[in-house]
Amino acid sequence: MAKRGLEDASTAAGTIAERLFTLLVWGAAALVVAMLLWVLGDVLVMGLSHLSWEFIVAAPEDAGRRGGIGPILVSTLLILLVALAAAVPLGLAVAVWLAEFTRRGGRFANSIRLTLDVLAGVPSIVYGLFGNAFFSLYLGLGFSLLAGGLTLACMILPVFIRTCEAGLSMVNNDWRRGALALGMSRTSAIWHILLPAAAPAIVAGLILGIGRATAETAALIFTSGYVDRMPGSLLDSGRALAVHIYDLSMNVSGGDGAAYASALILIGLIVVLNTLAQWLAERWLSRRILNS
Amino acid sequence: MTLSAHNSSSHLNGGAARTDRNLARLLALLAGGCALLLVLILGFLLLEAWPLLGSGGWRAFIRDSGWYPLEGQFGIAPMVWASLAVTLGAIVLALPLGLASAVFVRFYAPPKLAAGYRLLLNLLAGIPSVVFGLWGLTQLVPLIASWQPPGASLLAAILVLALMILPTVALTSAAALAALPADLLAGAAALGISRKGQILRVAIPAARAGIVSGALLAAVRALGETMAVLMVAGNVVQNPSSLFAPVRALTANIALEMAYATDLHRAGLFASGLLLTLLVLLLAWLAARVVQRAPRGSVYE
Repeated sequence: MAKRGLEDASTAAGTIAERLFTLLVWGAAALVVAMLLWVLGDVLVMGLSHLSWEFIVAAPEDAGRRGGIGPILVSTLLILLVALAAAVPLGLAVAVWLAEFTRRGGRFANSIRLTLDVLAGVPSIVYGLFGNAFFSLYLGLGFSLLAGGLTLACMILPVFIRTCEAGLSMVNNDWRRGALALGMSRTSAIWHILLPAAAPAIVAGLILGIGRATAETAALIFTSGYVDRMPGSLLDSGRALAVHIYDLSMNVSGGDGAAYASALILIGLIVVLNTLAQWLAERWLSRRILNS
Repeated sequence: MTLSAHNSSSHLNGGAARTDRNLARLLALLAGGCALLLVLILGFLLLEAWPLLGSGGWRAFIRDSGWYPLEGQFGIAPMVWASLAVTLGAIVLALPLGLASAVFVRFYAPPKLAAGYRLLLNLLAGIPSVVFGLWGLTQLVPLIASWQPPGASLLAAILVLALMILPTVALTSAAALAALPADLLAGAAALGISRKGQILRVAIPAARAGIVSGALLAAVRALGETMAVLMVAGNVVQNPSSLFAPVRALTANIALEMAYATDLHRAGLFASGLLLTLLVLLLAWLAARVVQRAPRGSVYE
């Protein structure tokens, strides 16, 4: 692996141009590392100085300058729950159909794949416009956690489907033939063998979806709204953590400390949720594949 | 490779076969429903934009000199230019830096360092855009303001976006470089070409389709990004005349005005959303075409 396949053929390895190029490449890499450390260090230092247990559980006061983010965390998790509850079963179903029930190169399946890829490129603010027009107004859900969650579900669905489909189609065909030889129906082969076998890809898709949905702001501003009270039901408006950060930094003077602490919590939340998804999926799927 | 080639019903009792058939029907229905989402999205955008578009208002987009929606002026051009300027600037910065990162990962860094660097790029890709916006607003904008006020400007938006799309450019370029046939580089080395020459004249030109398509995908993300641009660009509707002047991007305009827009104003925002979608789809289509038409062995010619 020395030089990774590149033999240094030049006898003048030490020429100035060569050295300059090496310096440039290392310099660019160092610059990227420095920028990342700047962003993360800034969030860590500013966030930690404002963070306390009280901040995590208390309700916001004085537009968020004082108090905490308790109700906002609850809203964030409820929105995410709605999004996952809608997107995961539907996404898995479509991925199974694309990978297991369609012929390779079939026209209908390919046009659905193309549509999904197009949907994956639509900007999040456009999902926000759509969610406002469709869920909030047309379906009459108003500014609510339900409307926001369903909008996010639409947004994360395409990438989730394509990731799961890729995972399913990577499963070795011997597993399918084996299931068939044992006289299993396709339905039970999918449920007991193929889905568990594709678990790593499903978890990867889940993590991508959770990351995008938890971080999303633009699609939520005019679907789930700004209200920072504790939500009483899914039909109440609720403010997501990312929206809170935006509001604190743009519209509330003196809100920067609370904004940074919220940003730290947001990044921490994404890490925790990803770990949880990984752990749950492994537990659930490994038990199924062993017992079936 | 699917099971559909086999006629599984002959192996099974009738009940299981019926379950399978019903499942297939149900899943196909759900898949069709998902694809319908695109129709639904475009349909609702059109429906909401129709009060303006239907009355020939799209001409106002081009003709009107400014964006004063409350007075019926819908000149969208300054914001389109601002969006394009921000995107172009971000790509101009992120492409060389991302490409250098990819070269670093592929050719210069020892394996362990390369793996660590990759992890770092993935970490960077996972930071929420609103956090980048917050950082830009509290760190970058004051820094620019101390040099060239007011700080919230085209330049601030370009810098923050460049940082956000850098991982996309770097990771896709690294993948394109890794996919090159090994004998290509070995051949170049055998010809006595220097390491710099091997990278700049052989490896990068051979991998250019993957690199260009990665850059276009990064542009898709930059053009569609809302929060980071909204928070650092200053949001004054004007043609981007200087790097230090505040501008308002299309996406930021929608986020700012949706809260209170009614009637024609609201229709104007949905119409600008439609325009934004079309721009993004055009870029995504270009990216797909670049990959498809890539002459794989062109470097040998």
